[in-house]
Amino acid sequence: MKITREDVLRVAELAHLDLSPAEIETYRGQLDEILTYVEKLKELDVTGIAPMTQVLPAVASGAEHHPELRDDVLAPCDVGESVLAAAPDAAKPFFRVPKVIER
Amino acid sequence: MTAAQSWTVAGIREALAAKKISARELAAEFYGRIERRNPECNAYLALCPERALAQADRVDSAIARGEPLPPLAGVPIAVKDVISTRGVRTTCGSKILENYVPPYDATAVERLESAGAVILGKTNCDEFAMGSSNENSAYGPVRNPAAPDRVPGGSSGGSAAVVAAGMAVAALGTDTGGSIRQPGAFCGVPGMMPTYGRVSRYGLIAFASSLDRIGPFATSVTDAAAVMAVIAGHDPRDSTSAAVPAENYPVRIGDSVQGLRIGVPEDYFGEGLDPEVKSRVLAAIAALEKMGCRRVPLHMPHTNYAIAAYYIIATAEASSNLARYDGVRCGLRVPGATLMEMYRKTREAGFGPEVKRRIMLGTYALSAGYYDAYYLRAQSVRSLIARDFADSFQKVDAILTPTTPTPAFRLGEKAADPLQMYLADIYTVTGSLAGVPGISVPCGKTNAGLPVGLQIFGPHFGESRVLQIARAVEKSLGNPA
Repeated sequence: MKITREDVLRVAELAHLDLSPAEIETYRGQLDEILTYVEKLKELDVTGIAPMTQVLPAVASGAEHHPELRDDVLAPCDVGESVLAAAPDAAKPFFRVPKVIER
Repeated sequence: MTAAQSWTVAGIREALAAKKISARELAAEFYGRIERRNPECNAYLALCPERALAQADRVDSAIARGEPLPPLAGVPIAVKDVISTRGVRTTCGSKILENYVPPYDATAVERLESAGAVILGKTNCDEFAMGSSNENSAYGPVRNPAAPDRVPGGSSGGSAAVVAAGMAVAALGTDTGGSIRQPGAFCGVPGMMPTYGRVSRYGLIAFASSLDRIGPFATSVTDAAAVMAVIAGHDPRDSTSAAVPAENYPVRIGDSVQGLRIGVPEDYFGEGLDPEVKSRVLAAIAALEKMGCRRVPLHMPHTNYAIAAYYIIATAEASSNLARYDGVRCGLRVPGATLMEMYRKTREAGFGPEVKRRIMLGTYALSAGYYDAYYLRAQSVRSLIARDFADSFQKVDAILTPTTPTPAFRLGEKAADPLQMYLADIYTVTGSLAGVPGISVPCGKTNAGLPVGLQIFGPHFGESRVLQIARAVEKSLGNPA
């Protein structure tokens, strides 16, 4: 594996992290080492092996179908006020953020 | 910092019923212990005496009215700081949630209180449950009560330590790749990871959603079973919660283990396993054979690929789950001239080094051009590991392994080398990936006095069998509880 400084900058951009120059260098080396180790996954032949998409088979979880396929029924969710109370900046019923759209 | 570990769930019940102590006096006794022991240990991040004493008073008035005692009446319990508690600060061990006070309780917390338990406070942990030593907490490391120069394990290090040090009778932890079992082994207390979906995760602040589970620590397997019986069961508020009815786990825990087939996979006893850990684990297995268990050799061929698969899947999910911390809805906000600048500055200032490392790794693994090679391949390997378990459970009732390759390591020993830290999770991540239940039960100490853990895996929803075998091990070592 060869993780470059450019790779780190690209990923930091995607992850919305404002890394310092020292962090960029540290993470470059560490990601390189970890991903080199992960290369061992390539030793295995996974032809015909389906990637896991559900942790439990439907039968094991006791349902005829997975519980996440429950009926879509409305239920009260009256948490607006308490959620806004925990926000860094709120003006009911909105979260306030710096201006996004320039005129 | 050795503990007066005299209180058990049954002992509390008896003392309350006989009016030898009140729930309020018991809670006060535990706050006294915390005051004396926590400064050295750093295991509690927040205490909630008002809430605890109000709950204790409810228990005491119920007793005064002659009402039947609920299953955990008056039992002082600690909760890991990644589990939401209404009105009680919940930081996840992170600066980004330093002042976050959840507006609701996690289902597991709600169920504990409905069963009469007294929540004492919130326990220290690796930031967002990411770590194997508790050194990644923004609020300082926890020290192992059995050896203060050593780590308690992670990420639920605080929960394991408060139980080991007698600062709570039981505690809730969370396990994503070993975060209950490994600190249980390092601190010398039983710690159980239930089947995926067995315990509701409503109110658990997510790290890796296909892996995260809530489970108990206690001073005995019997008490761990008592907590399991209360927190297990379907919850419509968690869409991954299983519709399988929960069992009354303590009831069958003392059943004979005669005739049970215990699988011992050679793959867990190879290079890197400390000889003292190996000898204690093999001695516990031999004790079970003496009680009539039949030992079956196993080969689980994909074990050696579990760390690589785990650290791709867990970090990929973490990078997605932690995208929500951006300074908008809750927690820290660092102002910026633009929205993007606010996001970036907030996340840079709020997250610690390990969390950023995992976000970077997960974002890389999911990014365009790498998704198939890393994430998808890791999920295929995960299917192979799950198949290893399914095949093994055709032949055996339980799988027994060491919980960790070594006893608790020294503070700072692995802190500078993330890959070495990840590799220490070798024996626990397999069961995490397969979704099966597992427990770590103490099986002796090294010559230096460090606790050693035996890990017992069962098939999906096989908690009763796992607890029964763990109890037999405990009994063979002379723990009468």
